[in-house]
Amino acid sequence: MIDVDAIRTSLPSFASGALLTFELTAAALVIGMAFALPLAVLRGARSRWVVGPVWLFTYVVRGTPLLVQLFLVYYGLGQFESVRESWAWPWLRSAAFCAVATFAVNTCAYTTEILHGAMQAVPAGEVEAARAMGMTRWVVLRRVVLPSALRRFLPAYGNEAMFMLQATSLASTVTLMDLTGAAREMNSRFYLPFEAFVTAALIYLVITLALVGLFHLAERRWLMPWQARP
Amino acid sequence: MLHGYGASLLTGAGLSLGVALASLVLAVLLGTLGAVARLSRSRVLRGAARVYTTVVRGVPDLVMMLLVFYGGQALVNALADRFGWAAPDVDPFIAGTLTIGFIFGAYMTEIFRGAFLAVPNGQREAALAYGMTPAQALVRVVGPQMLRHALAPLSNCWLVMLKSTAIVSLIGLSDLMQRAATAAGSTREPFLYYAFAGLLYLAFTSVSELVFLGLRRRLAVGVRQVAR
Amino acid sequence: MQRRHLAAFLLLLAAATAAPFAAAQAPAWKKVRIAVEGAYPPFSEIGPDGKIKGFDIDIANALCADMKAECVLVQQEFDGMIPGLQARKFDAVIASMSITEERKRSVAFSDKYYSTPARLVAKKGVTLAATSAGLKGKRIGVQRSTIHDRFATDTFKDSEIVRYTGQDQVFLDLASGRIDVALEDEVAAEVGFLKQPAGKDFAYFGPEFNDPKYFGTGAGVAMRKADVELQAKFNQAIKDIRANGTYQKIARQYFDFDVYGAAVK
Repeated sequence: MIDVDAIRTSLPSFASGALLTFELTAAALVIGMAFALPLAVLRGARSRWVVGPVWLFTYVVRGTPLLVQLFLVYYGLGQFESVRESWAWPWLRSAAFCAVATFAVNTCAYTTEILHGAMQAVPAGEVEAARAMGMTRWVVLRRVVLPSALRRFLPAYGNEAMFMLQATSLASTVTLMDLTGAAREMNSRFYLPFEAFVTAALIYLVITLALVGLFHLAERRWLMPWQARP
Repeated sequence: MLHGYGASLLTGAGLSLGVALASLVLAVLLGTLGAVARLSRSRVLRGAARVYTTVVRGVPDLVMMLLVFYGGQALVNALADRFGWAAPDVDPFIAGTLTIGFIFGAYMTEIFRGAFLAVPNGQREAALAYGMTPAQALVRVVGPQMLRHALAPLSNCWLVMLKSTAIVSLIGLSDLMQRAATAAGSTREPFLYYAFAGLLYLAFTSVSELVFLGLRRRLAVGVRQVAR
Repeated sequence: MQRRHLAAFLLLLAAATAAPFAAAQAPAWKKVRIAVEGAYPPFSEIGPDGKIKGFDIDIANALCADMKAECVLVQQEFDGMIPGLQARKFDAVIASMSITEERKRSVAFSDKYYSTPARLVAKKGVTLAATSAGLKGKRIGVQRSTIHDRFATDTFKDSEIVRYTGQDQVFLDLASGRIDVALEDEVAAEVGFLKQPAGKDFAYFGPEFNDPKYFGTGAGVAMRKADVELQAKFNQAIKDIRANGTYQKIARQYFDFDVYGAAVK
C-alpha cells in the first residue's frame, strides 16, 4: 500500500532537507532575537520619533504575509540592475541568504512586539522602587525590567519559535532544498503525494516536539519562582 | 502603472478574502467542537483534541496544504469509488479552505477553551438556578461573555489566517499572490507586483484591526475597565 | 452567540460545501476537464485580463470542437499535473508535456501534437561546453518535473541543478545571474526570454537535445491509462485538425516554422 522503497530512496534528501530546515530556523531565530532586544527597548522609549519608526517596522512586517516578503526580497530585489551591481549582490544572490534574512526580519518584528508587551507588563511597583533607590533608567532596564520581561515572555516566544520552524517551509518556494523541498521533489519524481508529505510532516512533528521539550526545560529553569507551589 | 494587471490583482484579492472568510467559518466550527472536546469529561475526547492541536502546531501550513490538495483528492476518489458516489472535485479553493480552516480550528480550540474558562463559574450556576437548561445557559449567559474574552486572541487569529491565504497561491489558486506572480513573470517586474500585493494585504489587516477595535469597544459596554 | 448568527454561520458553511460537487463523468465524454499551465509562452500564458491563451490553449479548444465535447480548462502548475491527473482532478493534460517512456509508466499519451528540441541558454560570450565536464560546478536552472529536469539531473552530474516551479522563474533568475545556465524548450526560450528585453544579453549554446529517452517523441495529450476511449477520441481529433487545416491555421499564428516537427526520431 505505502511505497516504502520510494521513501527509502528519498531518505537522504529528507535528511539533508531536515538539516537545512534546522539551520534556517536557528539562524533566523538567533539573528531575529539579537535585533529584537534593542528594538523592543526603543519601542518603549518616551520619544515619539524613536517609537514611530520601530512601530512602523513591526506594523508593516506583521501586516504582510511572509510569502510576499520572501518573493519581494528574492525576486523583487534581483530585478534591479543597481542592486545587482552593488556590494550587496554576492549576498542577495544566494537563496539561503535571502531566506534567512527575510525570516530573521519577520521573526524580529514579532519578537519585538512580544518583548515590548512583556516589558510593559513588568509591575510598575518594581520599576518605581528601583528608581526610588537611585538607579538610572539604563540600570533599571538592565537589572529589573529585562530579566523580568525575558522570563515572562518565554512561553510566548516558544510559540513564535515554533511558528518560525513551520514558516521555514516557505524556503522551498525559492529553490532551497529544505525538508518541504525534499518532499515536493519526491512527489514530482514518484507521483506519491501521501508518502512524500506525510514523511515530511512526521519529521517536522518530531523536530517541533524536540523544540517544545527544549522550551519546557527553559521555562522550568527560569520561571521556577512563578510556578504555583503545592 | 500596473501595466493593465490592476483589475486582475484586485479580483485575486477578492478571492483571497473569500478563502479567508470561508476558512473562518470552518475554523470557528472546528474550534467550538475542539473546545467542547477539550473541556469534556471523556479522556478519549480530551486526548483526541490534544492530538489535533499538536499535529496542527507541528506541521507547516504548506506541507499540510500540499497533502490535502494532492493526497486529499486521491482519498476522496477512493471513498467515492467504494460507495459509488460522484467524486467531488477538490479544487484549490476547497483544498486551501479545508487546510486553513483545519489548522486554525486547532488555534480556535485553545482560544474558545481559554475564553470559556475565563467566565466565572458563578454565572453558569446562577443561570441554572434560574431554571435555564444547560443549553440555554450556554447560549444566553456564558456564550456572550465568552465572546468578549475571546475577542483579542480571535482578532489575532483572523489576522494570521488572512496572511496565511497567501500560500494557497502555491497550489495554483488564482488569488492575489498567484496573479502577482503571473504579472511578475510576464513583465519581469516582480518588485512592483509583490509590493502592490503587500500593500493590499496591509490594507486588509489594517481594516480588520479597526473593525476589531470597534467590536471590542462595543462588547465592553457595561464592563468596568481599569483606569489606564 | 445569538441564534440568528449561528444560523447564518451554518448556512454559509452549507453553501460553501455544497457548491463544488461535480457530476461523475458520463462515459460519452461530453465534458472534458483539461489541465493547462498558463506560464509557458507562447504555448500558454495569462494576459493582463486574467484570461489564459496560447498555442496549447488553441489546440485544446480545436480538439474539443472536433470531438464535439465541452472543454473546461483548469489551471495547474506543471509539477502537479500528473499527480492531479491520477487523482482525477482533470481528464487530460495539454501543457506541452513530452511523451517519454518514464511518463508512460504512469499515464497514457495521445499522438504528438508538436515537437521541438531543447536548448541550453547562457550569457552571450560565455564559452561553455555542453558536457558534464564543461558545466562542472555551474548552476543549471530547470523547471521541476520536466524532461529538462530529468535530463539535467542525470547528465550534468557535477553541476548544481536548481529547480523552479515555473519556467518564468527560471528566466528571472537567469537574468539576475543567480543561475549560470538554463535548459528548456527552444521555442519557449526564444519567445519567453531571448526575444524579450531581459534576454538581450543571452543566447543558445550547445546542440539541440532530442534524445528520445529523455526528450521523448514530441508533446502529447496526457490521460489516465484507463480512459482508452478518450485516448482514441483525442487521436482522431488530432488527425482531423491536421487534415482539415485547423492545426496549420493555429500554428501559423504563433510560429513561422513547422512546429509539428516532421523529423521525429
